[in-house]
Amino acid sequence: METFKIADKEFNSRLFTGTGKFKNSQLMKEALEASESELVTVALKRVDVSDADDQILTHLNHSRINLLPNTSGVRTAKEAVFAANLAREALETNWVKLEIHPDPKYLMPDPIETLKATEELAKQGFIVLPYIHADPVLCKRLEDAGTAAVMPLGSPIGSNKGLKTIDFLDIIIEQANVPVIVDAGIGAPSDAARAMEIGADACLVNTAIAVSDNPVQMAIAFKTAIEAGRMAYEAKLASPVKHAAASSPLTAFLDEL
Amino acid sequence: MSFKEVFDQYHWDDIKSSIYNKTAEDVERALRHSDRDIEDFKALISPAAAPYLEQMAQISHELTLQRFGNTMQLYAPLYLSNECQNICTYCGFSLDNKIRRKTLNDIEIAREVKAVKDMGFQHILLVTGEANQTVGVDYIERAIKQIRPHFANVSMEVQPLDQEDYERLIQQGLHSVLVYQETYHKADYKIHHPKGKKSNFYYRLETPDRLGKAGIHKMGLGALIGLEDWRVDSFFVALHLDYLERKYWKTKYSLSFPRLRPFSGGLEPKVEMVDRELVQLICTYRLFNQEVELSLSTRETNQFRNHAIKLGITTMSAGSKTNPGGYAVEPQSLEQFEISDERSPEVIKTILEQNGYEPVWKDWDLALESAI
Ligand code: SF4
Repeated sequence: METFKIADKEFNSRLFTGTGKFKNSQLMKEALEASESELVTVALKRVDVSDADDQILTHLNHSRINLLPNTSGVRTAKEAVFAANLAREALETNWVKLEIHPDPKYLMPDPIETLKATEELAKQGFIVLPYIHADPVLCKRLEDAGTAAVMPLGSPIGSNKGLKTIDFLDIIIEQANVPVIVDAGIGAPSDAARAMEIGADACLVNTAIAVSDNPVQMAIAFKTAIEAGRMAYEAKLASPVKHAAASSPLTAFLDEL
Repeated sequence: MSFKEVFDQYHWDDIKSSIYNKTAEDVERALRHSDRDIEDFKALISPAAAPYLEQMAQISHELTLQRFGNTMQLYAPLYLSNECQNICTYCGFSLDNKIRRKTLNDIEIAREVKAVKDMGFQHILLVTGEANQTVGVDYIERAIKQIRPHFANVSMEVQPLDQEDYERLIQQGLHSVLVYQETYHKADYKIHHPKGKKSNFYYRLETPDRLGKAGIHKMGLGALIGLEDWRVDSFFVALHLDYLERKYWKTKYSLSFPRLRPFSGGLEPKVEMVDRELVQLICTYRLFNQEVELSLSTRETNQFRNHAIKLGITTMSAGSKTNPGGYAVEPQSLEQFEISDERSPEVIKTILEQNGYEPVWKDWDLALESAI
């Protein structure tokens, strides 16, 4: 399987994971290890960066794992820029997953504030990975603004509804110059496999692993599904074609020329 | 990354052998894929695809119908000048060709404009040679200013310009720019463009990048068929298109595939492309890209153009004159190349309708350009 890059960092695993919703930090640690994920998001609002013994952070202290702080909880571009700078100081990383959702019910990302924040953070030298609706035009606007990747949703966060946005993900992937990471809504390994089959560069899965009865086994299931989907994509899926009629209605004229 | 950096990663001979080594299996695989990539393009353009021509034509027809419907856009070229300081081995306007030179003045432009409008056209393509003293950006800007209010859409095919110049002309209502690389073969490019500004291969190669940055609505790409191996040149056109579409995503694209035509001072094409191969090329472009406009000029024969309607073509010129003043001012002046299909727009319209196609004369409006 091909490796892939975001900014200057090379990844072997195409499964990104989150740290929320696990029963306890120990289980989180085991599941993340089993997933072999190399990029793990952590909500800035959830960790205590001033505490050296923070439960989540100490468990993520693994050489393979890159931390991706997210700005979950902010509602505006201004707040997001502030949060990203705080994370850069505290966690010593200029990577940030931009999450701006003013809507507390469905946590729908705000496209306008996200674009504004991406512009500003890219200027400040951040590697920005914005969480967005599956909006192809927004993806191109974010590219122009200097985003390092785009993270369109498959369906609402935590809904486990799968790839409701697949037609738009298709367009996004076809047009993208930056990696496309399908984020949110992936409920089953088959959803992740499908996302990979259509050419997504990676998937971010959190809830589906964290809340299953056996998070370690589920992490392995996702890891395997993502590998299978990627392999299928690299091997190229065939689509059915109609066969031409025996006569040549469109090209027969060539014989007469 | 500009296209120069992308281009420099490829080698002509490698591409050529990879195209010629494609097998029937590769072609069948490319036909089965729903999203075809550049490797599929190579397979479909290869000699191995020849037996699949009818199948390609049917898919091309279907894809074109799905995206464009039963329509055909019509436009006319308007040659403003045949002055040129370049030497291009294949062109009647070449500096070393001793012909009488002519550049239209305001009054003559007005007469030509009227003649083209009277034929029903609302889309016009302005053409000049490259003569920066007389037909430089100032001249072009003035001409666009004068012509713009009379047409729904103004395109241009002139020498490559700097980004600022394009921005200036877009301000005046220029909608699209056509700039063909002629050939992507660096060494051969030099042979065919020995003198003048045009001999700078990379300046030309990066023109679409400058156009994209200037925010042009639409641009046209293509290679001149006959200078070098058309399969390899077309591969580079496809590569260029793919790069541009992703980078300048607000811009629309069109492709042309002009075959070398006889002209005064004539160059024999190095490589001949037969009709069957032109059909293969048209279909391959369509199978590779469903959205791109495919444009066919009056260089091709009546017979061929009649059938091309259903092969994937979306845009046609008609009743074209390729000499400055050719419509009304000075019909006898020297043309850039001989046209083949001399039928009037009226006749083309009837043929389109007989084939179940709607001729589209107007597909844009001045009011849609906020820059002006
Ligand atoms: S192709 Fe263009 S640049 Fe070359 S001689 Fe003809 S008009 Fe001049």
